[in-house]
Amino acid sequence: MSATTASTGSRTWSRLRSRMPWWVLVLLLTVLAFIWVFPFIWMVSASLKTSAEIFGGGLNLIPETLQWENYVRAWQDGNFRVYLLNTVIVTVATVAIVVARCALAGYVLGRYRFPGSRLVIGILVATLFVPTGYTIIPIVKISLELGLLDQLGGMILALAGGANVAAILIYAGYFRGMPAELEEAAIVDGAGFLRTFARIMLPLSMPVTATVGILTFLFTWNAFFLPLVFSFSNPALRTVSVGMQAFVGENSTDWPGMAAAGVISLLPIVVLFAFMQRYFIEGIAGAVKS
Amino acid sequence: MATQVMPVREIRTAAPAAPPSPARRRRERKRNLWIYAFLLPTFILYGMYTLYPIVASYWYSLVEWNGFSADQRFVGLDNYEAVLADPLFWSSVRVTLLFMLIVAPLRVFGAFALAILLNSPRLPFSSFFRTAYFLPVVTTTAIVGVVMRFILDPASGPVASVLQLFGLGPVDLLGSSSTALLTAGVIYVWKFFGITMIYWLAALQTIPKDLYEAARIDGAGALKLFRHITLPLLIPFLLIISVLTIEDCFHAFDLMQSMTAGGPFFSTEIIEIYIYRWAFAATIPQLGFASAAAVLFGIIVLVVVIAQVWATMVSRRLRARA
Repeated sequence: MSATTASTGSRTWSRLRSRMPWWVLVLLLTVLAFIWVFPFIWMVSASLKTSAEIFGGGLNLIPETLQWENYVRAWQDGNFRVYLLNTVIVTVATVAIVVARCALAGYVLGRYRFPGSRLVIGILVATLFVPTGYTIIPIVKISLELGLLDQLGGMILALAGGANVAAILIYAGYFRGMPAELEEAAIVDGAGFLRTFARIMLPLSMPVTATVGILTFLFTWNAFFLPLVFSFSNPALRTVSVGMQAFVGENSTDWPGMAAAGVISLLPIVVLFAFMQRYFIEGIAGAVKS
Repeated sequence: MATQVMPVREIRTAAPAAPPSPARRRRERKRNLWIYAFLLPTFILYGMYTLYPIVASYWYSLVEWNGFSADQRFVGLDNYEAVLADPLFWSSVRVTLLFMLIVAPLRVFGAFALAILLNSPRLPFSSFFRTAYFLPVVTTTAIVGVVMRFILDPASGPVASVLQLFGLGPVDLLGSSSTALLTAGVIYVWKFFGITMIYWLAALQTIPKDLYEAARIDGAGALKLFRHITLPLLIPFLLIISVLTIEDCFHAFDLMQSMTAGGPFFSTEIIEIYIYRWAFAATIPQLGFASAAAVLFGIIVLVVVIAQVWATMVSRRLRARA
């Protein structure tokens, strides 16, 4: 560990001793980390076993032979092909709408005083903590009346219209902190309101856009309550989280199939996280800092 | 930074005081038109899916209404009377608050302890640990709920196998009404622990490093540094993180619905599941009744958040006076 070539025995020993608590800590944290990720390891293992193996195998994680047909069953019979596609469409569209509308609103709220600006901010802040369980009934009712309840578009609008107050406030705070010289220079150059925003302000707000985009992505990909209610009458609209519930309801004996469905549903977001974990973590951290 | 921000404020406060020439007023009106245009998408979406539902919930809570197509009949406060007389509503209030009391301290203070450890530059592999503890956060709650049903299955799940090794007979942690809520709470903490940990790590990053160095030169030990620098500087964050976390605890619908659906015997039926059951899962939906419960739920959330902000402000004032 910390043994060096030239040091005397006693010095090595004392250095080792001073490092000891840290290595004990590392050991404890490793055990904890293993427990933390164990459910995912177990799920992957179960998705490659037979039912009999899951029931009789106890804690053994290694399957006898890899049962890939579990995945085929979940993908085709379980309709996860459709559910995954729905989830991707809903998530991408929602992120695009949320980023666009929150950047626009955050820009004018953070940068300008205008008649009603205080009122708008006040109303937004007052509804920061409104729970979905509270608003869900009127949302379904208004969607039904507008003919939006039975299509993905309606689900997307409802997800994009919900609680994104924090995103607007993050944008507003960021735009407020930008130097005024930027605007003055743009006006001197003859740029109008729209061009100042699109050419100067928006490109400069990339860090906030990344934060808002990632948080919205996470929220939408994992959403359950709204997609569940929106796909009641039309199973073709199910996202992976709702599809999983339906699959469990219809095939409560097919454990390996369910584990495979779970892997199919979780894999995209876990892979994305693996590649972009810095942005995920900084995005969440950015929310508390501002 | 401060010098850069100054001019913005100057312009803003100076503009209305200047004599309004017609050309200027025209320019301002044009500017305001752009501003309202920028706000339009938010007005529409936010109005439809947040503001309108808040107002409509009040109206719906005053009518009797059995479905989305049936007629509505005004019944005044009858729905509230019925909700408040329902022992299962009170049970769901109790379950929601109890759940909050179990998970919020675990998340806030447990994550704090871990963040302190992981923030130390002397800890090897700290970024690996951060990633591992954060992983459950990115996963879909409703799917994790189903997976947990397998993991906790009394007949063949890995948890049962481990308990068997210690000679503890078959225990149905989610299937027994005495253990289900606590078990769900532990899983919820596992799922969202990482987010609170990242909040704390972000808070720790805001403490300037030279403060520690200066104190160390003055001869302060690790414990003194923690007590006199770290803790006092983190107190404002304790408010933010507690409010965010407690507010979060009211949104356990995904996990509860997918793991227990409120059972066994309503022992994990949080208010959101109670509302869902009456509005969507019942054979004859009672939307007026469910709306009354939803309005009461909104009030409970509001009261808890306000109480918390108020308590923290009072304690801070007391601290300042001491």
